Amino acid sequence: MSMIPDLTGGEETESAAAVAVEAREPVPAARKVIQGRSPWQLAWERLRKDRAAVIAAATIAAIVIMALMAPLIAAWIGHGPNQQFIDIGENANGGPVPPSSIFWLGTDSSGRDLFVRIVYGARVSLSVGVLATMISIALGVAFGLAAGYLGGVVDAVIARLIDVMLAVPFLVIAISVAEIWRPSFLLVILIVGLLSFTYPARIVRGQVISLKEKEYVQAARALGARPLRIMFVDLLPNVTAPIIVYASLLIPASIVLEATLSFLAVGIPPPTADWGQMISDASGYYQYGYWWYLLFPSLALVITTLAFNILGDSVRDALDPRGGGVYV
Amino acid sequence: MNDVNLAPAAAADDDVLLQVENLVKYFPVKSTGFFKPRDNVHAVDDVSFTVRRGQTFGIVGETGCGKSTLGRSITRLHDITSGRIVFDGQDISRISQRRMRPLRREIQMIFQDPMGSLNPRRRVGSIIGDPFAIHKIASGADRKRRVQELMERVGLNPEHFNRFPAEFSGGQRQRIGVARALAFRPKLIVCDEPVSALDVSIQAQVINLLADLQKEFGLTYIFIAHDLSVVRHVSDTVGVMYLGKMTEIAPSDELFTVPRHPYTGALLSAVPVPDPDQSDERHQIVLVGDVPSPILPPSGCRFHPRCPKAAQVCVTEEPKLESRLGDGDEHTAACHLPMVQGEDLADFRPTIGAAERVIESSGILAPETGGAVDDGVGAEPAPREGSKS
Repeated sequence: MSMIPDLTGGEETESAAAVAVEAREPVPAARKVIQGRSPWQLAWERLRKDRAAVIAAATIAAIVIMALMAPLIAAWIGHGPNQQFIDIGENANGGPVPPSSIFWLGTDSSGRDLFVRIVYGARVSLSVGVLATMISIALGVAFGLAAGYLGGVVDAVIARLIDVMLAVPFLVIAISVAEIWRPSFLLVILIVGLLSFTYPARIVRGQVISLKEKEYVQAARALGARPLRIMFVDLLPNVTAPIIVYASLLIPASIVLEATLSFLAVGIPPPTADWGQMISDASGYYQYGYWWYLLFPSLALVITTLAFNILGDSVRDALDPRGGGVYV
Repeated sequence: MNDVNLAPAAAADDDVLLQVENLVKYFPVKSTGFFKPRDNVHAVDDVSFTVRRGQTFGIVGETGCGKSTLGRSITRLHDITSGRIVFDGQDISRISQRRMRPLRREIQMIFQDPMGSLNPRRRVGSIIGDPFAIHKIASGADRKRRVQELMERVGLNPEHFNRFPAEFSGGQRQRIGVARALAFRPKLIVCDEPVSALDVSIQAQVINLLADLQKEFGLTYIFIAHDLSVVRHVSDTVGVMYLGKMTEIAPSDELFTVPRHPYTGALLSAVPVPDPDQSDERHQIVLVGDVPSPILPPSGCRFHPRCPKAAQVCVTEEPKLESRLGDGDEHTAACHLPMVQGEDLADFRPTIGAAERVIESSGILAPETGGAVDDGVGAEPAPREGSKS
């Protein structure tokens, strides 16, 4: 009945001897010389010490500020994004004029200020990148959690759906959809978001399948937690790291996809300034020596996606305690 | 432990908190060929036992013998294949997870791995507060107060409310697990190897904590472990499991002094003895071979391929778990050739050849053919020549 130490027993067993050790575990002293830090704090420390990450983050911040202040920049320069300067913005043949003190990055084929249009193009690229990524991550997390945790029929259906979506060529779907409905900003976000949720869904599903065997999930079940609670309270916090990493890499991918769609004339409809569209227009002029027209929009796209990709890589390294070597 | 002999043979129903009858849990495994039938892992196969209120029922066995599966089946973390689990007069073996939810307050669980059973991304206060949050009992400041009371009760500093599990030592983490299980003042706590992952000195602390809590709240424990000395120390009654079967159930002291099943005897002989002289003198029975596959368990007695006393009857007939050699009702063993007190297993050699001993059943329970123990074979096979002593 009792679990009082039975030291009178014939066998001096390991445990009986151990029971004699009555010492309580020492309660840590009040003074906190070593401050405990959460995994997130540690990741943040690692990220801050990564020079490439800091530069990439600064670049992204600059692009974001530029996009937010686009109307102010346009007003300051005095050129609207869709304002055509037929007299000074076009040469004798009606082609673009090279960079000058009036048009810092030159003009485009319609005599519009290329710099102002690139600044405005950042708004489209960033908002499509972020919004499409949010849609894709939200869907991916929901499908991944459901498939991974519930398993069985739910998993089979979702897994097949993902397989089908991965088997269909992305651009063919995107172009077909854009042919059926008129291309618009919203449609581009939906196409990019809906067609790219498969990867985060697969990542989350795989993580959840391994996590759901953990004892803390069993403990939550033993406490009577419902599946939804287990999925969002117990499992989701443990898959945030891969989700964040994937999201940071999905943003540049979405930006490139949006530019691709616009390049193929099924993206953002003109006259809205858009990098992909500018690159598409410029490709017809490049051979006649109008290098700035192609170079600067392409550069904007490359710098933006490169900065996001570098930051994404750094975030992944920072969240993976085995990587790096910076233990702080 | 001292009321062993006083325990009434037929306890009043009121006294029984948990009754497990013929519990079976199979896990399907991928079939090896397209046209072959699906195989099953016979994790728990026809196990019955009774747990009385306020007592501790210990379950011992090797890794993979099904003791954790048994524990998780009782708490209905696994759906059982067949059998009956009656908790506090209520049959919980088939009820839905939804209807099980209110009962979860009364059946709780403590897990083996104190790191794995605590969500590494959540703070301790929120982990221990989980029971209150899930069952919507208390919230806000009230929940925090109750969580801190629990932390204090299990010997944790309530000020560590906002820490992460990784900031605690193994013993402290297990206390967190205990606090969480204790939140509802449950009637039954299934302790699934609660101290196996801890240092010996910390084991003692956690065991003492569990003992104190049992006294204070009148808890009933099912204590799963592979460490015999721990189980002996904490349990009133001990069940020994081998390959999904309960091979012997006895009051703790009786099991350790008069084991009937050769498997129990072999386990006991493996317990380390601190005195080197004593250790040299005794015979340690080293079981030959590996534990057979639980997918195709051996026919008859599952222990027969490794049993030093194995005879023909052990291969053909599955022994019932019943009182042997005049033991009381409290002491049952599933063995055709039970050990007598003082018997040395090292003196025995199986009376059947090795080839006969590897017969594997088709996986279906052999029909109970019945028959008394001393029908076909002698209770004691003659020791073979040349046995070392």
